[in-house]
Amino acid sequence: MRWATRAGVHIDRAACAWLIRRHLDPEATFVFVDDPAQVPADATPFDMRGVELSHHGADCSFETILRTYDLTDPVLWKIAEIVHEADIEDERYEAPEAPGLDVVLRGLSMTCDDDRVLEVSGPLFDGLYEYYRRAFLLGRPPA
Amino acid sequence: MDQPGNWVLLAYRMPREPSAPRIAVWRKLERLGVARLGDGLVGLPADARTREQVDWIAEEITAGGGSATVWLATPGSLAQERAIAEQMQAARRAEYEMIIVQARAAEGARAGERSRVANRLRAELRRVERRDFFPPAERDAAHQAVRALSAPPEAAGDGARAGEAGDGATAALIQDAEGAGAPEGRAR
Repeated sequence: MRWATRAGVHIDRAACAWLIRRHLDPEATFVFVDDPAQVPADATPFDMRGVELSHHGADCSFETILRTYDLTDPVLWKIAEIVHEADIEDERYEAPEAPGLDVVLRGLSMTCDDDRVLEVSGPLFDGLYEYYRRAFLLGRPPA
Repeated sequence: MDQPGNWVLLAYRMPREPSAPRIAVWRKLERLGVARLGDGLVGLPADARTREQVDWIAEEITAGGGSATVWLATPGSLAQERAIAEQMQAARRAEYEMIIVQARAAEGARAGERSRVANRLRAELRRVERRDFFPPAERDAAHQAVRALSAPPEAAGDGARAGEAGDGATAALIQDAEGAGAPEGRAR
């Protein structure tokens, strides 16, 4: 399936793309557009003004996708808190990881094109997922 | 800089009632540090983050029953841009000064209280820096005041380590050393 989002990928879009590929659509391909009008007819848009899979109320797009597809995995919701704070910075959650992750993704988007940002950030989110999965099982930081 | 830069503008209207969404939007704009350019018109220097944040606020305004358009614009003259930048800088200066005043006020407090205040002010400093697009000199002073407050009193006697840390850090340590000479330091 094709998915579309805004070019100049940052944390929320990178995290959504990872979420889509890992949990919704292993065959996902992504197109990046500068304007909502450029979204191909066969693509599902996300993290863009005026589309369903986007910011809603206080939620960032990652949280919206979790809700829309009934993904209740607590590890994903933990990652959602970090993505939310890195993206919106409204201090709704305690997420000390967020400012660091924000800077890492900002820097990547300065040196890489969008496809490369997804390629590089994918393993980063895999790692975050594994870390918080273990933390969740142990009930404490795993390392 | 002899050419005015790119700005992202948000022109918006929201119904007076209900007031909650209007206030929420107002708070978000304040948090972003926008320049108020007119009734229902705000602006920020354009970068990847400000453009995105303004887009989301526009979306929120629309969802709250209002109307919003987002524009990319260049001030018509450097002088206009400078005037707006100075207003924004003055607003941040006042915020940094508040931090400095609070940090100084806590200097004589007990160690536990000092570090509580230091943590709070460090978070506040981060918030202010996030919306500071034209940093005034007070920014560094605020950093120094908070650093002086959070440096451990033991550092006072460690001249060698202070020397390695570079001039700014050294100054902060010296300042702290002077502060630590007060009641807390001697009681040890």
